[in-house]
Amino acid sequence: MAITEQQLEEILAKYPSKLQKNRKKHIVINDSSCGAQTIEANTRTAPGIITNRGCAYAGCKGVVLGPLKDMVHITHGPIGCAFYTWGARRNKAKSDDPTQNFINYCVSTNMQESDIVFGGEKKLAKVIDEVVENFHPTAITVSATCPVGLIGDDINAVAKAAQERHGIPVLAFSCEGYKGVSQSAGHHIANNGLMDKVIGVGDLEKASGKYPINMLGEYNIGGDSWEIERVLEDIGYEIISVMTGDGSYEKLKNAHVAELNLVQCHRSINYIAEMLEIKYGTPWLKVNFIGVNGTIDSLRNMAQYFGDPELVQRTEDVIARELARIEPLMEQYKKICEGKTAFCFVGGSRGHHYQGLFAELGIDTVLAGYEFAHRDDYEGRQVIPDIKTDADSKNIPELHVEQDPNRFKLKLSPEKMAELKTHIPLSYYAGMHVDMNEGTIMVDDLNHYETEEFIKLLKPDIFASGIKDKYVVQKMGIPAKQIHSYDYSGPYAGFNGAVNFARDVSMGFASPTWNFIVPPWKEEPLLTGSVNEEGVA
Amino acid sequence: MLDATTKDIKERTSGGMINPAKTCQPIGAMYAALGIHGCLPHSHGSQGCCSFHRMHLTRHFRDPIMASTSSFTEGASVFGGGANLKTAIKTIFQVYNPDIIAVHTTCLTETIGDDIPNIIKTAEIPEGKLVIHTNTPSYVGSHVTGFSNMTKSMVNYFSEATSDVKKEQVNIIPGFVNPGDMREIKRLTRAMNAPFIMFPDTSGVVDSPMTGEFNMFPKGGTTQAELADTGNSKITVALGRFAASDAAGQLDKKCKVPAVTLKTPIGIKATDSFLMTLRKAFAYEVPYELEEERGQLVDIMTDTHFHFHGKSVAIFGDPDIVTGMTEFVLSLGMKPIHILTGTPGGAVGSAVGSFEDDIKELVDMAGVKANIQASGDLFTLHQWIKTKPVDLLIGTTYGKYIARAEDIPLVRVGFPVLDRSVHSYMPIVGYRGAMRLIEMISGALLDRQDRDAADEDFELVM
Repeated sequence: MAITEQQLEEILAKYPSKLQKNRKKHIVINDSSCGAQTIEANTRTAPGIITNRGCAYAGCKGVVLGPLKDMVHITHGPIGCAFYTWGARRNKAKSDDPTQNFINYCVSTNMQESDIVFGGEKKLAKVIDEVVENFHPTAITVSATCPVGLIGDDINAVAKAAQERHGIPVLAFSCEGYKGVSQSAGHHIANNGLMDKVIGVGDLEKASGKYPINMLGEYNIGGDSWEIERVLEDIGYEIISVMTGDGSYEKLKNAHVAELNLVQCHRSINYIAEMLEIKYGTPWLKVNFIGVNGTIDSLRNMAQYFGDPELVQRTEDVIARELARIEPLMEQYKKICEGKTAFCFVGGSRGHHYQGLFAELGIDTVLAGYEFAHRDDYEGRQVIPDIKTDADSKNIPELHVEQDPNRFKLKLSPEKMAELKTHIPLSYYAGMHVDMNEGTIMVDDLNHYETEEFIKLLKPDIFASGIKDKYVVQKMGIPAKQIHSYDYSGPYAGFNGAVNFARDVSMGFASPTWNFIVPPWKEEPLLTGSVNEEGVA
Repeated sequence: MLDATTKDIKERTSGGMINPAKTCQPIGAMYAALGIHGCLPHSHGSQGCCSFHRMHLTRHFRDPIMASTSSFTEGASVFGGGANLKTAIKTIFQVYNPDIIAVHTTCLTETIGDDIPNIIKTAEIPEGKLVIHTNTPSYVGSHVTGFSNMTKSMVNYFSEATSDVKKEQVNIIPGFVNPGDMREIKRLTRAMNAPFIMFPDTSGVVDSPMTGEFNMFPKGGTTQAELADTGNSKITVALGRFAASDAAGQLDKKCKVPAVTLKTPIGIKATDSFLMTLRKAFAYEVPYELEEERGQLVDIMTDTHFHFHGKSVAIFGDPDIVTGMTEFVLSLGMKPIHILTGTPGGAVGSAVGSFEDDIKELVDMAGVKANIQASGDLFTLHQWIKTKPVDLLIGTTYGKYIARAEDIPLVRVGFPVLDRSVHSYMPIVGYRGAMRLIEMISGALLDRQDRDAADEDFELVM
């Protein structure tokens, strides 16, 4: 199955020479004899390349802020950016007070030519006023689109004035689409803003329940976080906040009281987990609730962290109960999936997480990659000090936090921390690379051309990616599974999610529709006859 | 659902939008460019624009939507995107090898003022290949404007009058409609025995068949030769003022091809006008095949009038589609009482006329009193409906929130439809399209009647 360097060179030969060299650094054939292999990531996509990447605005408003349900999110810009992030990501949310759930609303300043020429600050201020008058939300966010930065609208000043005028928090995010090289820049801008302006604003000093935790980097796509919460709450955890799936300003402001932060999507939020550790002394644990094994490991690691025998026992009981329920279901799907191969190319951490779930179904991932991850997501956090900061990352403002004099509390003794770190991923993530087999391929920012070429070469049985690839791949007769939007299914996380995923993937393989691609007249000549001794009859 | 929306209408004067009924120009330009054979649309702006447009178009058509981007960074935004575009052009021809690249701008590149024609002039373009462009500032108009602008650019770049004598052929500009509609318009034109060039033509591109192979540039699309030849046609029929008339006007100006602008042929009256226009231009009698279809449609309209007559309806979407739908539901005896588009309506006397005036004329003639708005949003539409409820909502997928909140049936028409499939293959234009619309409308109303009926009132025959 493995491809050779030669084959890789042949694929890249199609590129202009500079691009050849560039792309080569983003592609790694996993080979343990090479020692620690490095991959280039989080650098610019060459203009003209058909990439799956989006922009900083998409990462900020579309991914991180959008799911916060009790805030009205205003997009300051021409209409499109707001429109495309309206209900498009499937981040579900429900509220006890439905009049404070704005998840199905889309607000744009709808900038016009005159706003570009004369500035859009007054219009933004007026839109904020109208939002307050019509909705009375808990809080408001303002996200900037490309022209806003270019014409120099001071959205921070407008937000500050509005906050004073209305007495509710109004947060501004300068996430112009051209910033950084992908959505990742927007995740930083959004999360830094939430860290700076929301977390810790609440008055709560102590959680009311046992084992209080935050879940970071979980966006409740297709209801993922609800399935995870079902299990966690059953075991006895108190979930203080989720960043940001089904999240809210009201909950996030008290996130400081958690005793442990879980990190699901390492890419989009690991830096916030680090800041929370610095500021409040709360360690973070890398979890992976995708796949049965990933879920079980995560639950056991959490129990170990708290170290309470009762919790450990309860964890085992819940795992046993869930397994007994889902294993027969998984078995039935495994029969359909066993022995197949997959490509798994998703945005941040899912490109790694889903490999485990595929493996549980007997599907080998032969090529994987991330759309917008950084080197540490491939190679592990130990490479972070070695990552070169380029001009594109430099223009994303960094947030520096310090120990909170009143709220900082060591949750574990340094000795206990050190001991736990030897066997659970506490404040650590090892990346995708270590989990991939010899000869498999890692591709960063996989593009359309490479997708086609690698498919021709490796002929995977299933392609896990997003909507822009989906029908390209299916036209080739290969089932494609959307891992961004789950093909409108889900949840895919946790125990029930694994079953849903197994069902959906099996459906992709088993669908009789694939059998009809070749019309019968292509398989049978128009004129049929038999040959006898005299010639053609 | 939408529980934060109250009945109480507070005047909003900011010009901002809550739950928009339009999107931005570039997506329309991208869609139009897909209607040129062998063409790769190129988005000159940040990566996100291209990604969003491809995502949205793919979700609507459930087919590959290929397009590239200039991948702007902050540096390019400060120093100009010339280098990005030139690199992109070189890479695209080398790697993806289209015949044509159709560049459209974005709010970013319009704001910094990139001079696209000059950048193209200095780009490395292989022999026999072509780069065309259109300006699509996202802060003007809507996706419909973007479609119109790219279509107009096709005229600017390709159309040529090579002879003083015009050919016996018609240019048909179908407007921002589905490939299913384009196919139906072509079928009607063929039945009228009129040689034609349709542009843009996305049929065969975004409704391509499953063959087991992926073709980046599928069989469909108007060819360069056809586009050039539009300058020799004796008439242009523009279907839809907002999406099609500008290009037709430009053809008249550039190549002296007279233009006729008609409504998008939705419903019986607009289809009649389309056929009458071809009949007159080519002195060819409407064949029995189409007369039979029309007769069938009138038969259906009459036979089932009690399913929909007198029902109140709210319609929203793109102006050309909404205008056609309004005229059609009026001819069914329905009462369109809330009619809204997100696209700016155009002032009286402007090139595209006024949406609000057009609609007002239609409803006035039928004696229906209606709320009418261009540049409107769905928050407004929802408040209208709360104030004056309707039996039916007609519009895009984005209407489903209101439909659920107010418990009214929704008939999905227009762009985008993201939550149902097959719609892009099936026409709403022509007599057969009208039959399909009646099936959808009366089906939705009768399903609702069935759902709400008490057991003793539940009917077998309706």
